[in-house]
Amino acid sequence: MSCQQGARDLTERVLEAKRRLDAHVRAMVRWHFDPETGCPFWLEKARELGFDPREEIQTFEDLTQKFPLFDDEWLRGGPVRRWVPKAYADRPIYVFETGGTTGTPKIRINIEDFKIDYEWFSTTLPDEYFPPGSDWLMLGPTGPRRLRLAVEHLAQYRGGICFFLDLDPRWVVKLIKRGWLEHLEAYKQHVIEQAITALTSGHNIQCMFATPKLIEALCLELERRGTTLRKLGVRGIFGGGTEFTPQWTRFAVEELLDGVYLAPTYGNTLMGLAPAKPISAEDGYKITYYPPQPRAVVQVVDFDDPNRVVDYGQTGRVKLTTLTKEFFMPNFLERDEGEREPPCVLYPWDGVSGVRPYRGLAATTTVGVY
Amino acid sequence: MSQVPVKIPLLRWGKPYESLDVVELRDFETGEPVALLSQANAALVERDLARAANAQAALRAVGLDRLLDCLTRAADLYEQATLPIVPGGGPELDPAAFVELQAATTGLPERLCRTNMTKIAFVLRNLREILQALALGVRLDWLWHGYGRGPRGEVVSLQLQSPVLGAVLPNNSPGVHTLWLPALALGVAVALKPGTQEPWTPYRVAAAMIAAGVPPEAFGLYPGAQELSHTLLAHCPRSMIFGSAATVQRYRGNPAVQVHGPGFSKIILADDQVDKWPEYIELMTESVVANAGRSCINCSSIWVSRHGRAIAEALAERLARLVPRDRNDPEANLAAFTNPAAARQINELIEQGVREGAEDVTARFRSGPRLDDRGSHAYLLPTVLYCGSPELRLANQEFMFPFVSVVECPQERMLSAIGPTLVCTAVTEDDGFRRRLLDCTSIDRLNLGPVPTHRVDWRQPHEGNLIAFLFKHRALQLAEALDQVLTV
Repeated sequence: MSCQQGARDLTERVLEAKRRLDAHVRAMVRWHFDPETGCPFWLEKARELGFDPREEIQTFEDLTQKFPLFDDEWLRGGPVRRWVPKAYADRPIYVFETGGTTGTPKIRINIEDFKIDYEWFSTTLPDEYFPPGSDWLMLGPTGPRRLRLAVEHLAQYRGGICFFLDLDPRWVVKLIKRGWLEHLEAYKQHVIEQAITALTSGHNIQCMFATPKLIEALCLELERRGTTLRKLGVRGIFGGGTEFTPQWTRFAVEELLDGVYLAPTYGNTLMGLAPAKPISAEDGYKITYYPPQPRAVVQVVDFDDPNRVVDYGQTGRVKLTTLTKEFFMPNFLERDEGEREPPCVLYPWDGVSGVRPYRGLAATTTVGVY
Repeated sequence: MSQVPVKIPLLRWGKPYESLDVVELRDFETGEPVALLSQANAALVERDLARAANAQAALRAVGLDRLLDCLTRAADLYEQATLPIVPGGGPELDPAAFVELQAATTGLPERLCRTNMTKIAFVLRNLREILQALALGVRLDWLWHGYGRGPRGEVVSLQLQSPVLGAVLPNNSPGVHTLWLPALALGVAVALKPGTQEPWTPYRVAAAMIAAGVPPEAFGLYPGAQELSHTLLAHCPRSMIFGSAATVQRYRGNPAVQVHGPGFSKIILADDQVDKWPEYIELMTESVVANAGRSCINCSSIWVSRHGRAIAEALAERLARLVPRDRNDPEANLAAFTNPAAARQINELIEQGVREGAEDVTARFRSGPRLDDRGSHAYLLPTVLYCGSPELRLANQEFMFPFVSVVECPQERMLSAIGPTLVCTAVTEDDGFRRRLLDCTSIDRLNLGPVPTHRVDWRQPHEGNLIAFLFKHRALQLAEALDQVLTV
């Protein structure tokens, strides 16, 4: 394929993705603002909007311009059923939490979303490093989190069985905030011990989920014991939960992972999961994420004007819009910033790179293991 | 000077490593970037520390005498040579360029940067004698070899507790680097986290030592974010950290950590001498303003039972003559706050203390306000407070500029009121009071007589003896020696 043809191809794919997004926006708005299907929260909110979204919202731009910013405080506290779409009132409901080290956590209800998101994500994982049928270790936070069930579903979807360990990230954040660093170290060891036990107990664990801090803690402990993840049979790690910097990723690839494949992701309970373009030394270990559009859209917006998308390569705050039948969340300003990235053939819509805590909040954010 | 901004990589046991995570160091006046400082990630440091024994082995292979010779040679190189920032090529700095860059990022006048260079070179040059004094009668070769035989044939053994000394270093004054560098002569490698604005000194000390023949493998230099402090302290069996009173509190009683916090250094003019206070005004002035008031050994309060106001006025009149000058002015005495917000915050704290009863005596002698805010940086002009009571909050405070409180307090209450004191210069010939001073456990370094607080006899320990910190006196019984000693 020539460059010109490649460019034409990308342009067409971008246009097609945009058409698909606009159609999806219309469908989701119809669903969430129809009294027969929508949830009490949005049906109530519609009265404050001063317009009928089903009439006014025809494109994604309409959504971003006409809807106010989503206030995540709305997700704290109950009753949780106000978020359940009427059409799903009789379905079994999961509730996933985010935050909550102190005070009331934010919640998102789930029925099938986590399965849909992770099944799509599964298509981005190379079988060579995440062999179908192999077992998984979930080295991440357990408890009332989407990850807990989602990683298990991913493993099962790929024909494997998922092993877990006990990890309470809220306690970790408290240890950090209180400066109880010896306890922090001991808790980390407690978690790593559980992981090593699982990895050395004769199972067929070839795939893992892990956060960057736990990847490094596990690899360093294995190195002290004269072995590596690869020697224990692990072939691929799906990483997420906290920031992957290019330096950390380079260090992990060059010195920790011993050839184990790393698939960094960006995501959270509210969005879903954004995979990264494959990382490489040639690209300076730059990590560019692409959201699972049209189910979620990521924009990089001006720090002072969240309605203005910055130019490609420019820095801004991450703005997230989630559009599923279970959850409608337009224009939510994330606690992250990054650089806007152009579409690529694999993901013909905007991405974001260099994701890191938003500078306006960074000083007040405690990054734990998750 | 090499082209700016200069790149400063990590040094991983002697090997330069350019991180993908880089912080710009800027000239505090112009805002121009002068250096690109590589930032280490915590796991990288932890991984390197697991190999500290190799670093120590490289040092030990040199041998004590040769190593001490190398360190002596390093003194001249540090002071006079053009040295690479890290070994193996790359940009080089001559002493003048080094001083310019150090002043540009720290706010310290170039004159004081040079003074600190001299101080570090002095310690390097005299390390053999300094260590011998700190060893309290134990010969250095015994430390090196693990044991020796005393004058009565007894076996003396001090066991090294760590192959590496970790150090979380500050920005306030380059002179603090004299505290870790003797470790190398004891066969201990160093893993250093330089201050965010002052990487210059540890890199140049390492470069000078390496150029003089110390194995590069003995040096780990890891600039980076705050979390590295925890990594160093958690993974080095012996570390030193410089920090606030809260840092001191956090690590108090931890035998693996030597904490260097605020000094709260003081001068006491006792009742038998205080009427002669004009004789000591030079002593007091010098102790307050030396090194732009940035050291923990600067005097931050003067304690007297009477004449407090007169002393404060005399000091204020002298200190008010000090004004900000260009950083390359040979007469410059004041350092800039490269973070003006810190200066504003300190100024507000002082204003609050004044509202609570302390009197800013300097205000009458100054032509303008205490805070000279220049937007990109700021100066705090020398400040003398008169505190009629030791209970006032500012009676016992320390700030990073020439600041001193003259505190009136009855002599019989002084030693219970002064609190932790790094250096106390006590001017008295009263034997009873001298005895009480000697017994006062709040005082770390005691100067009896009119010795400026910042004058250091390097043969004395500073906030703990490095040898006592790194070594543990232990029992060692040699079969061939048992018949010569006391056994039952």
